[in-house]
Amino acid sequence: MSELIIKNAAVCDPINGINCEKMDLAVKDGKIVENVSSGADVIDAGGRLTMAGAIDGHTHCAGKINLGRLMSPHDMRMNPVPGLSGLQEPTPYTRAQSGYNTPNTFALGYRYSKLGYTTLSEAAISMLSARHTHEEFESIPILDKWGLTLFGNNWHVMNYVRDEQPEKLAAYIAWGLKASRGFGVKVVNPGGGEAWGWGKNVTSLDDVVADFDVTPRQILMGLAEANEALRLPHSIHVHCNNLGKPGNYETTLETMKLMEGVKTTRDRQALHLAHLQFHSYGGNSWREFESATPQITDYINGADHLTFDMGQVIFGPAMTMTADGPLEYSNARMLHAKWSNKDVELEDGAGVVPIEYSPKSFVNAVQWAIGLELALMVEDPWKVMFTTDSPNGGSFVNYPEAFALLMSAKKRQQIIESLPNLAVDRMVLPGIDRELDFYELAVMTRGIQSKMFSMNNIGHLGVGADADIAVYDIIPDQIDPGTEHEKLKKAFSATSCTIKSGNVVVRDGEIVATPAGRTYWVNASGCVSNDVNEAAMKDIKNNFRRYYTVGIANYMVEDEYLPHPVEITTEVN
Amino acid sequence: MKLEANLITGRTAYQGSYLEYKTSPRYFEECAYCELNPEDLSQLGVSEGECLKVSNEHGEVIVRAKMNSGNPRGLAFIPMGPWANAIVDPDTRGCGMPGFKGVPSQIEKSDKEPLDLKSLMRTYCQ
Amino acid sequence: MKVITDVVCPFCGSLCDDLTVKVEDNVITDIQRACILGHNKIAGVCLHERIESPMIRKDGELVEVTYEEAIEKAADILANSKRTLSYGWASTSCEAVSKAIQLAEETGSLIDSTANVCHGPTVLAVHEKGSPAASLGQVKNRADLVVFWGCNPVHAHPRHMSRYSTYARGFFTKKGRKARNIAVVDVRETDTSKLADKYVQVDPGCDYMLLNAIRSVINENEDVIPAQVAGIPKEEIIELATMLKEARFSCIFYGMGTTQSRSKYKNGDAVSSLLYDLNQYSKSVMIPMRGHYNVTGFGQVANWETGYPNAIDFNRRLAYYNPGETGASDVLLRGEVDSAIIAAADPGAHFAQEAVRCLAKVPMIQIDPYHNATTELADVVIPAAVVGVETEGTAYRMDSIPLRMKKLIDTTFKSDEEIVTDLIEKVREIKGGA
Repeated sequence: MSELIIKNAAVCDPINGINCEKMDLAVKDGKIVENVSSGADVIDAGGRLTMAGAIDGHTHCAGKINLGRLMSPHDMRMNPVPGLSGLQEPTPYTRAQSGYNTPNTFALGYRYSKLGYTTLSEAAISMLSARHTHEEFESIPILDKWGLTLFGNNWHVMNYVRDEQPEKLAAYIAWGLKASRGFGVKVVNPGGGEAWGWGKNVTSLDDVVADFDVTPRQILMGLAEANEALRLPHSIHVHCNNLGKPGNYETTLETMKLMEGVKTTRDRQALHLAHLQFHSYGGNSWREFESATPQITDYINGADHLTFDMGQVIFGPAMTMTADGPLEYSNARMLHAKWSNKDVELEDGAGVVPIEYSPKSFVNAVQWAIGLELALMVEDPWKVMFTTDSPNGGSFVNYPEAFALLMSAKKRQQIIESLPNLAVDRMVLPGIDRELDFYELAVMTRGIQSKMFSMNNIGHLGVGADADIAVYDIIPDQIDPGTEHEKLKKAFSATSCTIKSGNVVVRDGEIVATPAGRTYWVNASGCVSNDVNEAAMKDIKNNFRRYYTVGIANYMVEDEYLPHPVEITTEVN
Repeated sequence: MKLEANLITGRTAYQGSYLEYKTSPRYFEECAYCELNPEDLSQLGVSEGECLKVSNEHGEVIVRAKMNSGNPRGLAFIPMGPWANAIVDPDTRGCGMPGFKGVPSQIEKSDKEPLDLKSLMRTYCQ
Repeated sequence: MKVITDVVCPFCGSLCDDLTVKVEDNVITDIQRACILGHNKIAGVCLHERIESPMIRKDGELVEVTYEEAIEKAADILANSKRTLSYGWASTSCEAVSKAIQLAEETGSLIDSTANVCHGPTVLAVHEKGSPAASLGQVKNRADLVVFWGCNPVHAHPRHMSRYSTYARGFFTKKGRKARNIAVVDVRETDTSKLADKYVQVDPGCDYMLLNAIRSVINENEDVIPAQVAGIPKEEIIELATMLKEARFSCIFYGMGTTQSRSKYKNGDAVSSLLYDLNQYSKSVMIPMRGHYNVTGFGQVANWETGYPNAIDFNRRLAYYNPGETGASDVLLRGEVDSAIIAAADPGAHFAQEAVRCLAKVPMIQIDPYHNATTELADVVIPAAVVGVETEGTAYRMDSIPLRMKKLIDTTFKSDEEIVTDLIEKVREIKGGA
């Protein structure tokens, strides 16, 4: 079988406590092994920085991104990051590529691979449209994927929470994950999506959702407990209420505190907060808008039940897309931008609105600072996942730019100097001189994902792990990331070598092979008793008969949509 | 006597149900007609089933006359299909879509019979 | 006898998924719950004349040939053309569309769907203003006002009204028809307008003006409206605007009456702009009444595979898109096309005469289950299985909800997907050898 050895790699592998140590990595049949035979292919890393394939734990790569593409044909020609954006001709290995914020599926696969990423977690699967997500997954080459299924505004969920039927709620979640072939539980603006069915929203954890008589607080707690009852590999993944509003940090704090009481059934956090930057705003109006990072990070530094991702903003054009329908409408009104909306019957909503983050705008400049502040002011990197909420805060092709910012106080200072004084007064970033090292960066891009999604086979380079490997053109002790920004960015923008499941897919920054990736999904039905399942199915079928516009038989995603599936079960044997 | 009319084209359930059976006589019957307001028809001295010539700068076509009191005066409707498309406006005006609706046309009585599908298509091969 | 339930209907964009079909000895003997359009399409698979054999035109006549000969000839045409138009792909599966896009990319062709003569302008309107939409179940469960603008579902989407809109009973609309008002805007009375509570007969080509007048009322600028707009008295405009503003949830379904008449894509833009303002007061969404059952799916697949929804030109190897320049009709009218591959559509019947004349001049490959107007112009004809009856695959409903089409009976015909896969292989062989 296929064998490979990477010699002279400067391995940075936080899960295994390895910090840029020179060593060889042996690969056999797509896995990391102790050693290989003398006939193995040899790659000489020449002392270059070598990490596990990175994992984007919160990205919009399949599903409503397609609505973003439809809204922005101009994006296809946009080329602000040459080599990783714009129109590119096919090669013997690749299909034609288009786009920047909303690239076509092929470009998504190639470009992420060039950055050394090998796994994506799509942030939202709408159950009724789940086939769509899986069709796009299958069209994205090379990478492995999974998606988080939306549950926060689902009628079944709200009914079971209100009626205090936690077992049936868990049964429904298990059924929903199977129906949509989802990986975990996503909660977006709980209760707000249902209110948006009538053009309204909720504004606090204790607002009552009309017609369903539940509060966001109850929905969150109900879902968190069901999540644990099912022993799901990931915690609930929460997009809090009040995203993007001045003063919203209080709602965020309340949400974090609410989850202190959740007893986890797996060795991981009880709560993941998505794109925290958008939820860490102080002030009571846009006029008073300011960073509330200190309040948020003070709490997080003393808490051990949660993780979060940054949602870093990148200056320039971006495309916002979220299941938070009411938010997108208010975005569109505020920005005078075009607006797409897609409510999904009985389940959730979605909106897509283009945005441009300008360094001249005081609000945008403060947003830019908050993402960095969060990552730098939380002491323990094992709580911080690196994201831009791509493409909401900016396209993933800008990750190298953001890495450089995290690794260099000088680079940050250069940008801060160009920002409006008003903005600088409202942020705390100028006082922060922390600079991440490669080890901490590897935690935020590989290690934490492995732990927070309970994915022991990826995110590290220990024996038995998947041979997903990124070799960057950096000799760790010959570069000063604090000053050599361009060199750093260049190396992170195109790997010397990316290996996916043992296959070399990128060489010297160019795609050389495009194997199909796999799709993970979680089958938690083993954690539901037959009686409870039958009782829940009665309710589900009733709702299909009366309220859905598709039959239950045509709802479940068929095996045909996952030609490369990996099923994860959750029951204890 | 000629009637100045505004021509629109579109789907009917009957045209649609023979969409995948275009060689059948029923498809011909369900497409090769023009609906006019009864007063327009009587002004032309034409009764239902008789033939009309509909012409404009893009061409001309013979179709059967049909009455539809729902049409306002001066509005002519031909079901979408090869007969209608012989006289729609091919110009997309830079947005991809030809002018299938709102084509100024002249309508008069005709002694000729409508062409069947094959004969109509053959006129394009000359 | 085999009874197949939950069958998805392969006719229109309503994609009804509740049909029951009985099959005896591989023949469809009964179809329940389908409308006349769906019934004839499904029943027709066994009843209507099919293209029985691949054919190649020799001395002006189509002559039966083997499948291999037809593929060889078709691949030869594609490999030796400079500018192929690949058109149609709306009445087929997403899986076939994906292959068609690959073929277009590899042959440097221009690929377009039937949206070109249907909701193409709607796509342009989305580029301009976005798409404030919802799944059809939101309308069923919530809508207390439904507006049909320039569309005639009684004829074009016969079960739409009972399943999703006019008569549908849902959670907040338990009384069905009685729970909601129906308004119809059209240039003439139709079987749909006869069922409306409010019928507004707009002057032909004046939808844009009427939409903007309504928007003015929504924005409390009714003083700027003259006594009559688009043939509608001011009072009626105010009445319609008030209906929209006072509804709890309204949906505007719009059809060819907006996309094909004067102002074309600007009409969709005007609907979207209206909703952009209206949603400050009450919830309102818009849904295009898509015609072919999977024309929405073509747009989805093309968008994720190329970045563009239709009219994609691979002539320069990159995906290039400029509808109005790269639309099928435009490229034909400019006389640029030197060959064509047409599948699952009938431009011979549905393009304007000038475009058909241009199509008739070039070597053309047709892939279709049935003999139609395009067959008369084709040089290579390859019969295909009927998707949703003889072969399975994915289709997207008018509200972009994907459903899996079933295979009901066996067939010896190849699927569109298989045919295009064979073509890709053959073209590679020819080009590789050259």
